[in-house]
Amino acid sequence: MSDVVIAKPEIEEVEPTRTRRAFVAAAAAAGLCYAGAMGYPIYRYLASPAEMAANESAVVEVTLKGAQTLAPASALMFKFGSSPAMLIHGADDSWVAFSAVCTHLGCTVQFEPQMNRIHCACHGGVYDTHTGKNVSGPPPKPLTAYKVNVDVDGIVVSRT
Amino acid sequence: MTGSIYNWVDERLGLTEAIAFARHKRVPVHAQSFWYYWGGISLFLFLIQVFTGILLLVYYRPGSEAFESVRQITYVMHFGWLIRSAHSWSANLFMFAVLVHMFSVYFMKAYRKPREVGWLTGIALLFLGALFGFSGYLLPMDELSYFATKVGLQIPASIPLLGPFTATILRGGPDVSEFTVQRFFALHVVILPLLFLPLLGLHLWLVQKHGNASPESELAKPLAKRRSVPFFPNFLQKDLAMWLISLNVLALLASVFPWDLGKQADSLTPAPVGIHPEWYFMAPFHMLKILGSFLPGESGEVIGILLFTVGLALWVLIPFYDSENVAGTRGRVAHYFGIFAVTALLLTTALGYWGVR
Repeated sequence: MSDVVIAKPEIEEVEPTRTRRAFVAAAAAAGLCYAGAMGYPIYRYLASPAEMAANESAVVEVTLKGAQTLAPASALMFKFGSSPAMLIHGADDSWVAFSAVCTHLGCTVQFEPQMNRIHCACHGGVYDTHTGKNVSGPPPKPLTAYKVNVDVDGIVVSRT
Repeated sequence: MTGSIYNWVDERLGLTEAIAFARHKRVPVHAQSFWYYWGGISLFLFLIQVFTGILLLVYYRPGSEAFESVRQITYVMHFGWLIRSAHSWSANLFMFAVLVHMFSVYFMKAYRKPREVGWLTGIALLFLGALFGFSGYLLPMDELSYFATKVGLQIPASIPLLGPFTATILRGGPDVSEFTVQRFFALHVVILPLLFLPLLGLHLWLVQKHGNASPESELAKPLAKRRSVPFFPNFLQKDLAMWLISLNVLALLASVFPWDLGKQADSLTPAPVGIHPEWYFMAPFHMLKILGSFLPGESGEVIGILLFTVGLALWVLIPFYDSENVAGTRGRVAHYFGIFAVTALLLTTALGYWGVR
């Protein structure tokens, strides 16, 4: 009998804090649900172009029709997926293709036949025209090289 | 930790004063208290408009690419249809909430001294809201928005002397074109917000300053018999609950009834059948139409616009006619005028929809 009397006030003291805690937890959970339900579509909406670019860069091969007529000691700029790339027809009749994105800070590089180099105007990076190796200046890595296949009616550039 | 952060902010921004002010502010409780929520609901829907509008701005391109960019938003970008749908639906819900807010203020006589400026800024915000609606409606440049804008601009064009000039300037040429979209875009996202936001600030400040108005029935009671609750936290809680309900209604409408995108506007294609203005423009359009059938020709349109302007002026200036907080003839006349206005608006809207059916 006396046990019951002691237990009663204890329950009454615990109960309000418990329900309040449960309410706060439920409200927080509901709030998170709302934030998620709104945040997810907004994130996907804003990320759409990035996703499209990612799909584009999944490209493994680009065919450049008529590119085999490119004069020696000149370059052709083209898009490999979503990023710029260059096809170089060397003075020695060699064919190479590189990503045209400077490995330093992402500027587009250019082929300079008179200097026989690939040059980045942003910070003076220089790459080798045959291998794409970083020769001087700030670039930390060589340009990504692609495989080139010369055909009768075009040139096929593909990932190595 | 929390305490020291609170103290840091409080010392610099005065949180304690703000909370004391909010606690001190009281909101009357009576049979008509429900109508107090509609200003807050309008504000919430406006915030949704700002938010979804900024998201649409990420991909929208005005000018000749307008339709293509809205097509892209609707069909290419993930959830673009949902964001566009939410923007369109909340625009309509906003106009609805604002109208409910206005009529409840009118019938509660909340425009009376010293709240005249609150009434006037509210009316100005309603007009800006309607202009937001009108300019935003054109932006997708589909068939419906193209013809609705063409017809809508005939109203300012029919005002004598200045009308044709004004309409041409608004359109950016003799006809609705990509120039029209470009300048409506500037209106919709720059000019109107620049006008709307300071007015909204003043409107909200006045609500803080004067508090909620009580209807005549409450003012008749002795002070001790009037009930009220503190704004913070009691009323704010209910306000936020209303916001949550509004959000749920909006989410339901926007996702279950996605906003349509018609065919690209083409001036050589005949206008589609059943073309009609947005519901909040239906009443004025139909009133002009009715007057036009009584008084055919240009004179009819001019007299129509004149009559409409007089009615509108009476409505706007009501606080200066019915200014005293006492029951009297003027109050009764204002009340009947209100009932007449609501009846006329509902009737002409219904007739307008009956006509396009």
